[in-house]
Amino acid sequence: MIMEVLIASSAEEICELLGQDNSRQLLAGGTDFMVEVNYRHRSPSSVIAIDRVPELRNWHHDGDSVVIGSCVTYREIERGPLATLVPALAQAARTVGSPQIRNAGTIGGNIGTASPAGDMIPVLSALGAEVSLRSSEGKREISLDDLIVGVKQTSLGQGEFIESVRVPVLESPQEFLKVGSRSAMVISVTSLALITYPKTQSVGIGLGAVNPRPTRARQAEEFIKDFLNWESMQVDPSGLDHFKELVSEASRPIDDHRSIAAYRRHSIGVLAQRALTRIFSERSPSV
Amino acid sequence: MTATETYKVGARSGVGVSSQRPDAVPKATGEFSFSSDLSSHNMLWGKTLRSPHPSARIRNIDYSEALAISGVHAILTASDVPGKNLFGLEHPDQPVLADDIVRYAGEPIALVAAEHPEIAADAISRIHVDFEVLNPLVDAESAVTADPIHPEGNVIRHLVIDYGDPTSSGDVTVEGTYEVGMQDQAFMGTESGMAVPSPDGSVDLYISTQWLHSDQNQIIEALNLPEDMVRLTLAGVGGAFGGREDVSMHVHLCMLALHTGRPVKMIYDRNESFLGHVHRHPAKIWYRHHANKDGLLVKVEGKIILDGGAYASTTSAVLANACCFSTGPYKVDNAQIEGWGVRTNNPPCGAMRGFGNVQTCFAIEAQMDKIASALDIDPVELRLKNALEPGDQIITGQKITGAAPVKEVISSLADHPMPEPAINDLLARPGGTGRTTDQKHVKRGVGFAVSIKNLMFAEGFDDSSEALCEVNDGSVAIHTACVEVGQGFVTLVHQIAEEVLGVSDITVIPADTSIGSAGSTSASRQTWMSGGAVLKACEAVVVNLIEQIAEEEGVKYENLDGALVSEDGTKTIPIAEALRGRSFQEKVVHRHAPTFPLDEKGQGNAHVSFAFAAHRAVVDVDQELGLVRVVEIATSQDVGRILNPIQAVGQIEGGITQGLGLAVLEELVMKNGVIQNANFTDYLLPTALDTPPIEIASLIEEPEPGAPFGAKGIGEPPTISSTPAVVAAIRDATGLDLRRVPVRPEDIALE
Repeated sequence: MIMEVLIASSAEEICELLGQDNSRQLLAGGTDFMVEVNYRHRSPSSVIAIDRVPELRNWHHDGDSVVIGSCVTYREIERGPLATLVPALAQAARTVGSPQIRNAGTIGGNIGTASPAGDMIPVLSALGAEVSLRSSEGKREISLDDLIVGVKQTSLGQGEFIESVRVPVLESPQEFLKVGSRSAMVISVTSLALITYPKTQSVGIGLGAVNPRPTRARQAEEFIKDFLNWESMQVDPSGLDHFKELVSEASRPIDDHRSIAAYRRHSIGVLAQRALTRIFSERSPSV
Repeated sequence: MTATETYKVGARSGVGVSSQRPDAVPKATGEFSFSSDLSSHNMLWGKTLRSPHPSARIRNIDYSEALAISGVHAILTASDVPGKNLFGLEHPDQPVLADDIVRYAGEPIALVAAEHPEIAADAISRIHVDFEVLNPLVDAESAVTADPIHPEGNVIRHLVIDYGDPTSSGDVTVEGTYEVGMQDQAFMGTESGMAVPSPDGSVDLYISTQWLHSDQNQIIEALNLPEDMVRLTLAGVGGAFGGREDVSMHVHLCMLALHTGRPVKMIYDRNESFLGHVHRHPAKIWYRHHANKDGLLVKVEGKIILDGGAYASTTSAVLANACCFSTGPYKVDNAQIEGWGVRTNNPPCGAMRGFGNVQTCFAIEAQMDKIASALDIDPVELRLKNALEPGDQIITGQKITGAAPVKEVISSLADHPMPEPAINDLLARPGGTGRTTDQKHVKRGVGFAVSIKNLMFAEGFDDSSEALCEVNDGSVAIHTACVEVGQGFVTLVHQIAEEVLGVSDITVIPADTSIGSAGSTSASRQTWMSGGAVLKACEAVVVNLIEQIAEEEGVKYENLDGALVSEDGTKTIPIAEALRGRSFQEKVVHRHAPTFPLDEKGQGNAHVSFAFAAHRAVVDVDQELGLVRVVEIATSQDVGRILNPIQAVGQIEGGITQGLGLAVLEELVMKNGVIQNANFTDYLLPTALDTPPIEIASLIEEPEPGAPFGAKGIGEPPTISSTPAVVAAIRDATGLDLRRVPVRPEDIALE
C-alpha cells in the first residue's frame, strides 16, 4: 500500500538509486504510469521521479544529429527549434493526447512504454534512432528497433534507464501521418513516418500500430528507390501501386476495439503513398 | 437570425432574456462544488466489487482476507440488504447486490467501506468470488426465443402498432435494415455522492441524480425504511443526459453509512462510471416504406428490436417512443409497426437524450432519402410534402392539437445559406492533426434530416411537479425538487418569479425531498412541469395579494402585466411594491393534461406535446481512408417560445454535438457482453476540433397551448435528427449505403 517516491536530481543519482534496488520504477511524465497506478494495474512500492533531472530534460545539437534527453516533453518537441530540426517528430508529437498530456508526457516515456501505438516510435524508427541507456554499470547505445522487442517489452537491462535518443537532423522533407477516428486526441489506428535521405538517395519508412515492435517497410524502401528522381523531387507513378502493396505487406495488424486488421492494412499503404507523393510530385521521369 | 442577436445577454428581467447562469463562471473556473467535492468529518470511502463476467453463478464469496485489512470497516453483500434486494426505475427487477446470479459484466456484488479510497480498493481486490461462468446471451434477436436469463423473461415489452389499412400499397417501396450502436451519456462528472447516517437510524443522501423522489422510492424499499427516514438532497451534477435517471450507488451508500454509523462517500472512476449507469439502447430496425409516385407516403412497415441489456430500466418507455414515432414527423395513413425491447447479458440500457426517437429517426430519414432517390424528388421537397401539420394524426391515432410548424422548420433551414468552400488548412480536413488528407482527397456532401420528439412522460403516467413560493417582505424564495443537471432551470426559476412578481431578490432553495416530487429532469419536461409549477405558485401569491388588499382597502385590483390596477383604473401599484411588508407561502402541484395507455393495436392519446427539429449537415469525406470531417451543422427548431435565448442555443449546440458523436465517433464496443472501451481513451467524444460551427437558421416561436409561456422543451430534439443528417451527408459524398451508426473509417474505406 505504501509507495515511496524518490526525486532524483541527476542521472548519477538515478544510477545509484537503481543500483540499490533495481525493482524501483521510473516516473517521468506519468501519463501512462499514473493511469496504471490509479487503476491498480501497477502497484510499485518504490518510484524514482526522474523528470527534474536537468540532463534528461535538455536536448542539444551534435553535428548532424540532435540528442534529445528522455524527459523532453511532446510539447517541447512539437514547437520551437526541435520542430525545425526534426519536423516529423514534431508532427507526431502534435497528435499525442491533449495539451495537458503533451505538457507532461515525454519521448523517453513513449519509448520505454513500448506500445505499438506509441506515436514517436515510427518516426524514430524511420530516422534510425539510437537510444542511449545508462546504469551504474555504465552506458551503451542501442538502436530503437533493437530496444523494443515486443508489445510493451524492451531489452532494457536490470537497473538500466533511457538517458537520451539521437536522431539525424533534417536533410530534406519528412512526413508523419496518422489515422484515428477522431480529429485529435486519439490513439493511433495506423501511423507512418517517411524520412528522405538525399545523400544515400533513399527513404526510411516507419510503420506505427500495425506490428508488435518497430517496423521499417524495408522492401518498399528498397523498391521505390528506382522510381525517385532526387533532382526534380519527382516519383514515377508507375511504381506507386506496388510500393503501397509492399508497405501493406510489411504490416501484421490485428483486430481490436479501435479498428480491424483489414482497414489497418489498407490505410497504412494509403498513408505511405500520400507521404511519398507529398514529397515527390507524381510525374514520369521521362517527361 | 441567431437567438442571441435578438435578446440582450446578461440582463435579468423576466422571461425571454439571456439571463446568465449563476454557476457558469464557477464551473468554468473550477470553483463549482460538484457531488465529488462532498466531504464530511469522520468520513469513510465506499467501493463496489463488480462482476467481470456477463453471465455467471456465484458459488461463494470469501471476504475474510479483505475484512482483516486495517482500515476496512464493512464489507456487505446481498444478504445485508435490509429490505427488498431489488430496484428499478419503471419496476423493480434488478438486485441491489447480485445474489446467486450475475447478469451483466459490471453488476455490483459486494461493497466495502474503508478509511481511505486506496484501502477500499485494496480490499475489493482481496474479495474472492467463486464464479461458475455461464454462456452469455448477447444477441438481441435471439433473446426473444432464447431461454430466459431472468425470472421475468427476456421480452421486456412487445409492442404492436396497427394503424390504417394493412393491405394498402404504393407505387414504390424502399426497404432497409439499420443498426445503431451503443452510445453512452459520457457525462463529465462521474457518479458520486455521500450518505450521512443519523443516530435515529435515518439517513441523508447527498447525490447527483435526475430525479430525487424516484431514487427515494427505490431506496426505501431496499432499506425497508419509511419515507421520512431517507432524505435526499441534490449535490452538484456534472451532466446527466439520462444516465443519472436510474439508481446507481444510492442504496449502496446508504447501506454502508447505516452499517458503519459514519458518513460514507463514493466516487466512481471513469471505468466504473461506464459500468455503473445505463446506456443508449442499441437497435436493429427494418423498414419498408410505400409511397405514391408523387412522393406521398402511403404505408410504413417496421420492425424494431432494442437491446435492453440485463435489466428493464426504462426499456418499455424507450420502446414506446421508438414505435410511436417510427414514421417520423410525417403524415402517413397506414402503419404496421412491431417492436421488441429485450433482455440480454449486455449492460443495461435506459434513458438517454432522445429516448427511442434517436434510433428510429436514423432509419426513417435514411428511408426518406431512399424514396426521394427512387422517385428523383429533392429530399427536402419530399419531406415538405409529407410533413405533419396541426390537426394531423400520428400513427397512434392521436391528433396533434398543439403547434406543429414542421413545414416552417424545414423550409427555414433549407433557405439558410451554405457554408463557404473548404479553406486550405490541413487541420481542418478529415484526419485533423493526423495530417492524412490533402484537398484533392476530399469530397463534400450535404445531408438533411427532420425529427419529432414527444415532450414529457407518456402512456398515462401521473406526471406532476410541486413548487413552493415564499414571500417575505419583498424577498422571494422558491423551492422545488427539480434537479439542475445543466439545462438551466436555475435561471428559469429566477426569470419566472421575476416575470410574475417583479421582484429581483429571489432565492432558489436547494432541491431535496422535503418538498413533493418534481419528476425527472428528462423528457424535455422541466420547463413545462417545474417551470409551470413555479409559475402557478407565483400566480397564487398574486391572487392572495389581491384578496388581502381587497380586504384591507375594500378595492378590487386586477393583475395587468405585473402591476395591480384598481377596478376603476385610477390606481396602479407594481406587484413588487405591493408585496413589501407582506408574507405569503403558496405551494402548488402542477400537472400536464392527462395521457392514456396504448391499446392492443397501439392506439391512444399517449403523449402530451410534440417538438420538431431539422438539421442540415455538411461534411468533407476522405473516402479512400474513410475519414470524415463535419464542416457545419445548421438547424431550425420548433421551440414554442424562447425563455432564455443563450441557454436555448447552449442546448442546441450541445445536443447537436452529441448527435454528431453518435454519427461518427461514439460507441461502447462490445465483445461477448463485455465493454471493450470503458474509458475516455477509446470512447471517443467529439473534441473541439471535431465540432463544427453550428448555425441556427431559425427558432420557430409558435406558442404551445397549455405550456407555461408557450415554451416547448428544447433539450432533446437537437440530438435526434443531427445524427441522420451527418450520415446522409456522408452518403451524399460517397454514394455508399451506410446502414449503421456510428460510421467507422472501415465502413467507408473498405466498401
